[in-house]
Amino acid sequence: MSALEKQDASFGLIATGTKEFVTVHIGDQLFGVQVTDIRDVFALKSLTPVPGSKPEIAGVLNLRGRIVTAIDARRRLGLPARTQGYAGMMAVGVELRGEAFGILVDSVGDVLRLSDNQCEPNPVNLDGVWKSVAQGVYRLDGKLLIILDIDRLLAFALARK
Amino acid sequence: MDELLGEFITETNEFLEIVDTQLVVFEADPRDSATLNNIFRLVHTIKGTCGFLGLPRLQFVAHAGETLLGKFRDGSLVATPDQVQLVLESIDRIKEILAGIEATGTEPDGDDSELVGALERAAEGEDAPAQVRVPSIEPPEDLAPPIEDIAEPQATPTPAALPAGVRWDADLGRELRPGEVSLAELEAAFMAAVAEPEPEPEPVPAATVVAPAEEERRANPTARAISDDDDDIVLKGGAVASNQSIRVNVDVLETLMTMVSELVLTRNQLLQMVRNTNDSQFKGPLQRLSVVTAELQDSVMKTRMQPIGTAWKKLPRIVRDAARDLGKKIDLVLEGEATELDRQVLELIKDPLIHMIRNSCDHGLESSQARIMAGKPETGVIKLNAYHEGGHIVIEVSDDGAGLSTARIRDKAIKNGVVTLEHAWTLSDQQIHRFIFSPGFSTAEKVTSLSGRGVGMDVVRTNIELIGGTIDLQSTEGQGTKFFIKIPLTLAIVSALVVGSLGQRFAIPQLSIVELVGAGPASDHKIETMNSARVLRLRDRLLPLVDLSEVLGVQTSPPDDDSRAASFVVVMQQANNLFGVVVDEVFDTEEIVVKPLSSAITDVKSFSGATILGDGSVIMIIDPASVFQSVGASAAVDTDIAEVATQVRKSHNDISSMIVFRAGGDQPKAVPLSLVTRLEELDASTFEHADGKTLVQYRGELMTIVPGDYAMSIAQSGVQPILVFTHNGQAAGVAVDQIIDIVEDKLDIELSTDRPGMMGVAVLRGKVTEILDVGYYLTAALGNWDDPSINAPSRHVVLVERNPFFRNLLAPLLKAAGYEVEAVETTSAALLCAEYRKPTAVLTDIDADVSSARRLLDDARLSGTSIVAMSGSDEADGTGFALLVRKSDRQSLIAAVEHVSKMGIAA
Repeated sequence: MSALEKQDASFGLIATGTKEFVTVHIGDQLFGVQVTDIRDVFALKSLTPVPGSKPEIAGVLNLRGRIVTAIDARRRLGLPARTQGYAGMMAVGVELRGEAFGILVDSVGDVLRLSDNQCEPNPVNLDGVWKSVAQGVYRLDGKLLIILDIDRLLAFALARK
Repeated sequence: MDELLGEFITETNEFLEIVDTQLVVFEADPRDSATLNNIFRLVHTIKGTCGFLGLPRLQFVAHAGETLLGKFRDGSLVATPDQVQLVLESIDRIKEILAGIEATGTEPDGDDSELVGALERAAEGEDAPAQVRVPSIEPPEDLAPPIEDIAEPQATPTPAALPAGVRWDADLGRELRPGEVSLAELEAAFMAAVAEPEPEPEPVPAATVVAPAEEERRANPTARAISDDDDDIVLKGGAVASNQSIRVNVDVLETLMTMVSELVLTRNQLLQMVRNTNDSQFKGPLQRLSVVTAELQDSVMKTRMQPIGTAWKKLPRIVRDAARDLGKKIDLVLEGEATELDRQVLELIKDPLIHMIRNSCDHGLESSQARIMAGKPETGVIKLNAYHEGGHIVIEVSDDGAGLSTARIRDKAIKNGVVTLEHAWTLSDQQIHRFIFSPGFSTAEKVTSLSGRGVGMDVVRTNIELIGGTIDLQSTEGQGTKFFIKIPLTLAIVSALVVGSLGQRFAIPQLSIVELVGAGPASDHKIETMNSARVLRLRDRLLPLVDLSEVLGVQTSPPDDDSRAASFVVVMQQANNLFGVVVDEVFDTEEIVVKPLSSAITDVKSFSGATILGDGSVIMIIDPASVFQSVGASAAVDTDIAEVATQVRKSHNDISSMIVFRAGGDQPKAVPLSLVTRLEELDASTFEHADGKTLVQYRGELMTIVPGDYAMSIAQSGVQPILVFTHNGQAAGVAVDQIIDIVEDKLDIELSTDRPGMMGVAVLRGKVTEILDVGYYLTAALGNWDDPSINAPSRHVVLVERNPFFRNLLAPLLKAAGYEVEAVETTSAALLCAEYRKPTAVLTDIDADVSSARRLLDDARLSGTSIVAMSGSDEADGTGFALLVRKSDRQSLIAAVEHVSKMGIAA
């Protein structure tokens, strides 16, 4: 398939209310982050902790000469910390209000294109933090995909004490 | 806003700054035609441009200002300060309107008719036709020179080429010299025709001049270029400048700077990688890349540099206005204006500088009368000087005014609770002066429009420290004050020391570091602990310490002091306070590119930024001010303790015998030997308990035993070492763990403590030692030991001792000997006591101020009372005093008091 055909094909798909999501694992749960929100996906190499910062802030790291604030997504979602620490984790790079953040996740999966009308609202009994950061739920084969609202996930970091 | 308008605003603002400065120069010397021409030209240009851009309000004001300036220029008016003030007001108005345009893009509404009216009246009022056209009434001699000044330089270049026509000039009342016809007159005439509502006949004779002038222009291009001092000079001067420089948006430069910083980091990373491999293939190109990067960095840094003079442009006007408001005469001298520094830093020091200059005008310099009375020249001088020193720039702000009043600052500091009364007297004048940098400290007696509202030098200090700078001062009463501001050249790149604490690395800005001390087990310097506060003996000072990991709250396993073998103390200075930060490792100093913190972590006060090191890792930059705050919390060190200690040492450098012992912990404690009656080792099994006290039968009497530290308990069995103190035949025992030694050493109380039972801390034989407060233990053991009612007959002694340590030491001693003691600090206080009740004897210290002590001898209130002098040394001059005793010699002190009071009673 030529590049032009490829483009045509993708245009065709975009036309009808669908979105692309990158799936990530945080703890045992599968989450989806909209592709348009993501700037990078990278493996975590080194991380500098910032003593005294908010607990959800894992530290700062250098991503191609830029200092990126790493967010511990497990902690943010109230999940238990990994026994092996941050070693070997993946990070999803996003940008919010001109600042770079890296959301630390256990693993990064596929890119899925899902139709808007398949998205279901959050179940009413969802826990407080999860409810605030979840944009909706997709029922995939055998598992649920929770769509993350990046703005809300990071809102705590930008909030003033 | 359209581009043209934006350009106009930037340009006009620059012009106005120059006009401000030049007007002040002009006011000082109204004959300075070159300055006036310059001002006139600039205002004219502003007016012209507003007309072109369709800004009627601005044009209206500029025009009126220009008219008045025109009158100065053509010599029909000699500028008075009031008129200059009017012009300055019009400049201010133009600035206001400009600010409005900048904000909204259109001229703000407003009425300028009053100001314009005043300007016109000033221009017309004295511009009476009689004076102008019939000058014979009063030939204004001083009016002529300005015209000549303008004319002469025009004439000199090519005098021969000018037409030698002889013309009559009504304004001068004489013939015009060749080439004297200048456009100044023309301009003024033209202006009058436009500006004045009712055209006067004046333009007519002036108009006749137009033709020859025009002819001259055509005939002689040189003369034209010089004589036409309006637009052509702008073009001439401007043309050269515009070819050499372009205007670039600051944002573009900032981006460029960021990019270069990235490049530097990437290069560093590459260098590190290549260093670790033997593959030399990259070394050559990398070397070149390295050089080019360094040069690029230099060049980009240069684009950010601006002469400090740009921050000073506003100052002449400010000083002039201040001088006018205050009715003082002030000269502002600026030196080193060309000294360059980063524009970011420049912006940040502008306001503090203005504040300081205002302060100098208002509080620094005395009024004219006061100056004359003091034998100084009437005109005060404020001087600014800037120069490079190392990687920093030093700005000195000095005045030749009254200087700071040490007494007033000391009183205020004591009143505000910044320092305790005792402490204040041990400080040097300079240390006292530095209190003006404390918050809410204003010594001004009155609040003026300029300064004195209490938000003073502390704000200046804070702002300067914010950019990593320091401020200090020197002041001599009666001669003036000089401030020194030291700031880094740039904020983007700082030199920092990389240190490690519990495995994590941090950067400490080099500017705040005084020195680095190794404090490991193999080192000469040992970290010592007193009551959980850690200190370091560094040369002859005690340095409060904090552990970096504790300050930052680095999360690891609980710190095990043994495992952290190698440790270093980074000695840091923050606003006159020295303190030490304990770190585990010291790596290297690096030039680091400061990156701002993400807003997610700006709430962490310990860090001022982050940076990327050559190896690509991110490290946090420590904010020295916040670290100091955590030191302050653990050890109260408001001022330089080292200097306080030195002061104390200077006045009392006597050798004392001290008993060193341990009680409750490993920390050595000591008590002056002269206070102890005996050292005993008693069998603990003979101790008895009654009334909640531990008692022992000792030499046929019952003696109470109290523990020497709240943390220790009296032994239940075996041998218990006891220090025995006696008072009026009653004995009291203080139980200690172990008596170590008796040492002869200088007794230097370094830090006072609030702990009950402890007088303070001293360094004895190289060890930090706590000094026992004997009075406290006597109270604990004997209860009512100092109740004077049990000591009959009551004898009243006044103790004059400035040093709180000796006051606290000697007063209980005298009380124990059965005296009623009034311990005071000063001679005056002693005399006041005497007025109240005549004492049997007065004991006075003569080391601190012997002449003050001698006042006691002559005062009528103390006639018949014996005055005993005390000194720390044997060589002191005790002439005139009843007796001279050594302060540290308890026996002879008591004997002396005993002796003189008997004499007193006998008399």
